[in-house]
Amino acid sequence: MAGGGSAQGQAALSELIAGDSIRIGEHARDWRAAVRVCGEALVASGATDPAYTDEMIATVEQLGPYIVIAPGIALAHSRPSPAVHRAGVSLVTLATPVEFGHRQNDPVTLVVGLAALDDEGHVTALATLAEFLADEGRRTALLAAPNPEAVRRLIADYEGGRAT
Amino acid sequence: MKILAVCGMGLGTGLLLRMQAEKALRELGIQADLEVADIGTARALASSADLILTSQELAPQLGKVTPKIVTISNFIDLREMVDKLRAAME
Repeated sequence: MAGGGSAQGQAALSELIAGDSIRIGEHARDWRAAVRVCGEALVASGATDPAYTDEMIATVEQLGPYIVIAPGIALAHSRPSPAVHRAGVSLVTLATPVEFGHRQNDPVTLVVGLAALDDEGHVTALATLAEFLADEGRRTALLAAPNPEAVRRLIADYEGGRAT
Repeated sequence: MKILAVCGMGLGTGLLLRMQAEKALRELGIQADLEVADIGTARALASSADLILTSQELAPQLGKVTPKIVTISNFIDLREMVDKLRAAME
């Protein structure tokens, strides 16, 4: 646990959204459907098996809508499991917001999917994502992005700007 | 002092709470140990903490615990974290 070097390392957010992991303007009729799209994007990017999608849905069924971390934003995730092949992040924007049942932060327009191999390998990426989303201008730009490439560019630009 | 950040799975929202709390404590000039725990292990660890940070949704699931519980509704808003930690420390 301690030390461990950087075998898994601290991947950057842009590395964890590699592959086919971004969906823009999706139509979901409820929160389950929205989380499902998020899970499918993780599967498409090679991070998880479909079983992980069910695990993310089960998390909300068991523990409630606490994954709605800010107004309009849900962080769908579960534990490391055999259905997770590598740490990954998916991003799904919804054409019509959906209710998760959260008292303050509903309705949700952005669902972030997170798959983790352990409790540390995704820390840098999660920190970057939180900082990126904390700014209203960047949040608006992300939600207005017309395609996945535009989202990738926004995130890459943000990471590049922070690195200098 | 010791702060326990409690979330459902131990690696998503709890990590966000820890990161935000680290920044907030720096701003407030307060030294504290921060630990993340999932809801299952949090009850056992609660007695060793001075303060618990969690979401309003999970707080009732902690049951009766000794430390003061601070609930956060926006996990990316540093202002909310700073204000609530400051109020809890007074």
